[in-house]
Amino acid sequence: MLAPAVIYIAALVGFPFLLAIYYSLSDATVGSQVLHFVGFKNYQRIFENSTFWTSLRNALVFTLVSQLLVVILGKVLAMALYKDFRGKWVVRFLILLPWVAPISLGSIGWLWIFDPVYSVINWAGRASGVFGDNFWPIWLGQPDLAMASVIMVDVWRLLPLATVIILAGLSSIPQDIHDAAQVDGAGFWRHLTHINIPLVMPIMLVALLFGIVFTFTDMIVIYVLTRGGPYDTTQVIASYAYFTGIQGGDLAEGAAISLFLFPVLVAVAIFLLTLARRTEVT
Amino acid sequence: MATPLGKPSDKAVRPESPGPVRVAVKCGVCVVALLGFVVPATTFLARLASIRILPATQSVEELIRGSIMQRLKNIGGRIGHFGIVAAFAAFCAFPFYWMLITTFKQTNDLINVKNNPFLYNSPPTLENLRTLFIDTQYAQWLLNTLGVGVLVVLITLLLAVPAGYSLARLTGRWGQQLAIGIFLTYLIPPTILFIPFSRIISDLGLQDSLWSLVLVYPSFTVPFCTWLMMGFFKTVPRDIEEAAMIDGLTRFGAFLKVVVPISSAGILTVIIFTLTLVMQEFVYALTFITSSSQLTVSIGVPTFLVRGDVYFWGSLMGACLIVSIPIAILYNFFVDRFVAGFTVGAVK
Repeated sequence: MLAPAVIYIAALVGFPFLLAIYYSLSDATVGSQVLHFVGFKNYQRIFENSTFWTSLRNALVFTLVSQLLVVILGKVLAMALYKDFRGKWVVRFLILLPWVAPISLGSIGWLWIFDPVYSVINWAGRASGVFGDNFWPIWLGQPDLAMASVIMVDVWRLLPLATVIILAGLSSIPQDIHDAAQVDGAGFWRHLTHINIPLVMPIMLVALLFGIVFTFTDMIVIYVLTRGGPYDTTQVIASYAYFTGIQGGDLAEGAAISLFLFPVLVAVAIFLLTLARRTEVT
Repeated sequence: MATPLGKPSDKAVRPESPGPVRVAVKCGVCVVALLGFVVPATTFLARLASIRILPATQSVEELIRGSIMQRLKNIGGRIGHFGIVAAFAAFCAFPFYWMLITTFKQTNDLINVKNNPFLYNSPPTLENLRTLFIDTQYAQWLLNTLGVGVLVVLITLLLAVPAGYSLARLTGRWGQQLAIGIFLTYLIPPTILFIPFSRIISDLGLQDSLWSLVLVYPSFTVPFCTWLMMGFFKTVPRDIEEAAMIDGLTRFGAFLKVVVPISSAGILTVIIFTLTLVMQEFVYALTFITSSSQLTVSIGVPTFLVRGDVYFWGSLMGACLIVSIPIAILYNFFVDRFVAGFTVGAVK
């Protein structure tokens, strides 16, 4: 009963993956049906390409900054949601929205919010006097701002996932421990640093690792909001692979670029497995 | 779990509770003293009181002040808590609120820079939605998405339910390794596989066809749903199937006739998640499909409604909202299980 699923996965995940490695060592293009083995030529070309290095750096910045924010904010939000209060289900519904809605459509919403002319942020800033008369940021058109904007959208998108995962971790702490800490007179910070953070640490790491995978390999936010622009300042590996391999038609080079996602995934996988093993032992 | 007497009120009461008791004891002692028993008795009681109670607490006023401080602290904490929750909810929901406002705005209202964008400066209109459904292929995209979704759900159920069951019943090294292997495949993202797939799909003659999506989407729904179902079947006791097998059913028969029916909640979860994953998928659809009549919603809206220099923001926002809200409502019932699919058993 297991065989069909395993065969399907092997055929549609394993086989294409091997093919990706093979393509990266060949001269495959969209147009021609024949391909030749060319060794590491594609990789050599990529290493000499400054756009690739920019994308790699951007992808790392994009991932690390956004996930750091997601974990910190997710922890704060999970602790706030851990308490019972009236209307909790409404809040939970609202907070889950960004994760649940198709991300391409959520990004379109942000595209409108960041619009160069009609941006509601700029309007509010101008109307409230926070933005001076000469200050009118073009959110997605100025290099540093564009990166900050896509990071913000990514945080917005992954915050709900991290929050519900951390919340599940918080709820699994037995109430006795909280009570014991209270009896011993632990204040908020002591409670946080000695109970809430260490006991939820494994599950926070799970949230962080999935966040890293989803962000590092994502191209949707970037594709919809900036297409990697301005001047490749928000280009990441995944989007660069798409523009090279599919739009540019150079399958071989695209495959080689996208394979640079893989080391990070392997690292995450190893980390997750050791984490799972350790929690099983204790 | 959430009783009307929630946790915060519990916490608020507990530290105060010794207060009133002590006050009452103290008052009782005073009254007893004042009633004027025999002097030795009085002094004895007073001494008893001074030993038992006075060292433990401060004066009555200090006690009262303490409880007021406590209450103020609680109120402060509650306001702070409300502020945090409200700020996060606003951040998360604002884009959707903004879509809602924009959907019903007239275009000339939207593009007048002088207007307050939060208000309806011209009366609300349904024109944007009419444009969306009549002048664009939005309805077609919705149908495409739904069609692909239903087929992918069927394939996923056929593959993932039996696989999840076998993994739940396979003990020993092999089963565990396979389970972990399946878990790891959902770490391999579409952004690595889409380039070889583009060639495979065109070799199969499926480019620009919804069938390509039906074929490829199970590659990420099956691992996730297998993992979910495995967790689900582990909670079904073995005795049930064993009883059915004693009654003459084969193992497969027992699975079909006994285990599947009591697992309908798990199967429903799989259906919901598969549908939402299909709705959200972007990279494969972007790669395989070019003609507008074959698009799914998540790809049609950002590519075909945002083309050229003219953005029909009202229709665009409506398009996003119509898809997002129903999924969000459905999803909300199943979040906890979704989380279970991610946490690798780190939460027990």
